[in-house]
Amino acid sequence: MDDNLRREIILENYQNPDNRGLIDDDSYLKVNTNSESCIDNFDFMMKIEDGTIKDIRFDGEACAISTSASSIMTRKLIGKSVDEVKKILTNYKNMIEEKDYDEDILGELNVYDHICKQPNRKNCALLPMVSVEKMLGELENGK
Amino acid sequence: MNREDFPMLDNNIVYFDNGATTLKPKCVIDEMNKYYMEHTSNIHRGDYDAALKTNELYDNVRNIIGEFVNADPNCCIYTSGTTMSINMVVFGYMRKHLKKGDEVLLNKAEHASNILPWIKLSEEIGIVIKYVPLNKDYSLSLDNIKKCVTKKTKVISLAQVTNVIGDVRDIKSIGKYCHDNNILFNVDGAQSVPHMKVDFKNSYIDFLSFSGHKMCGPTGVGVLIGRYELLEEMEPVFYGGGMNNYFEEDYSYELKSIPTRFEAGTPPIAEVIGLGEAIKYLMNIGMDKIHEQEVKLKKYLIDKISNIKNVTVYNKTSDSGILALNVDGVFAQDLSVFLNKYNVCVRAGNHCAKMLKDEMNIKNTVRVSMYFYNNFEDVDKLIEALKNNKEIFNVII
Repeated sequence: MDDNLRREIILENYQNPDNRGLIDDDSYLKVNTNSESCIDNFDFMMKIEDGTIKDIRFDGEACAISTSASSIMTRKLIGKSVDEVKKILTNYKNMIEEKDYDEDILGELNVYDHICKQPNRKNCALLPMVSVEKMLGELENGK
Repeated sequence: MNREDFPMLDNNIVYFDNGATTLKPKCVIDEMNKYYMEHTSNIHRGDYDAALKTNELYDNVRNIIGEFVNADPNCCIYTSGTTMSINMVVFGYMRKHLKKGDEVLLNKAEHASNILPWIKLSEEIGIVIKYVPLNKDYSLSLDNIKKCVTKKTKVISLAQVTNVIGDVRDIKSIGKYCHDNNILFNVDGAQSVPHMKVDFKNSYIDFLSFSGHKMCGPTGVGVLIGRYELLEEMEPVFYGGGMNNYFEEDYSYELKSIPTRFEAGTPPIAEVIGLGEAIKYLMNIGMDKIHEQEVKLKKYLIDKISNIKNVTVYNKTSDSGILALNVDGVFAQDLSVFLNKYNVCVRAGNHCAKMLKDEMNIKNTVRVSMYFYNNFEDVDKLIEALKNNKEIFNVII
């Protein structure tokens, strides 16, 4: 991907993120992710109905990478089935950790394919993934 | 000043993260290397030449510390750092001497290591923690402390210099007040002892803690100093070799005298020796000179930074080398990543003072913390980088 385009997408999603702002609704799964390695701190909430992600929202304080990744990822996951979400998350994680992955599945999330060059920012890019995984884990444990 | 003593400065960096840890002068590194290369041995057990030399160096560091902060060398306990020292005070002394309902005065600018142990103790025995309100500039006054004191106040615990705001608390006046009112005075010296002259005996301090690595010494070593009669009443947190006279099948045991009874197990020998060398190095420069240089640098930095419109500084008036700032609309960590591109090393975050947000209404800042080896050129490089902050996202993404 062209560096300028990559930067443009990340910046747009940082400055005008989608799905930012929490709502008061008990039917959502909720989780707080306080990064272990830096100062990003986001609350996430996700609504699942009939095995499909109906909505994901987030809010808090975090850097450009975490915020933009949360915006792009929530947009990507809303409307997908839980199985599709898991596949996307696995491929996303593989991309960040420099393993084999299917870039066709990730769409705009491919903007983070260079983040491995900044090891201290990998966790920033992974923050939305970790949050969604935690909520899916809670859902499965609750079953 | 003294830049030539620091090998790390050969790497073309501007090191402004001294509040986290300082660089090490070559003399400290050499002294530790000597222990590893020439006289490796354990302490207090060997009768061979290397062990005798190690003993002599290791034991003498207590004298160096005593001279440095005007304390009885026998009351200087080697620890792993300030965090361990404060935990020893809280769980070794306070747990035994405080009771349910007793009040401990803290404030919200304190580092986690001077809040969390107290919260844990409260969970265990029901002490009550009260937070003394800060002034508008986030400093702490004796007047505000006095307003919070009740008949139940048993302890006042505070940092002499806070690690985000960098305000210098008047510990002599606070100590005198504690002394006159029968209140124990616990001082976190992690950000003060490395930067200014601290006088344990004449400041009415009951317990003083500090870390070696924040004062040109190695990581893994620190100091707890206590008044002798309090240390006699303090229980060790750790038990094992080196700190006992005997132990028997009938459960009886006897501990060694102070300070050895608080130093179970093999201590960080090279680090203690390195700390001694670091203190000698600092005393040689002179603590007043060190403080003077830091304040001069901060003043210069503030003069320069006020010309950059979109930079907010939170602690212009504090009398130390610490500056907390943000660039409008930029997350603190993004700014620190940006500054790294200019080889400027700073720290972004809440700096372990997680309650300070209640007073400042801001969670995260970029902290510039200076030491005597920083110079005006370092400040100029930071200013140059900050002036280019419009470029931040082109640089970091």
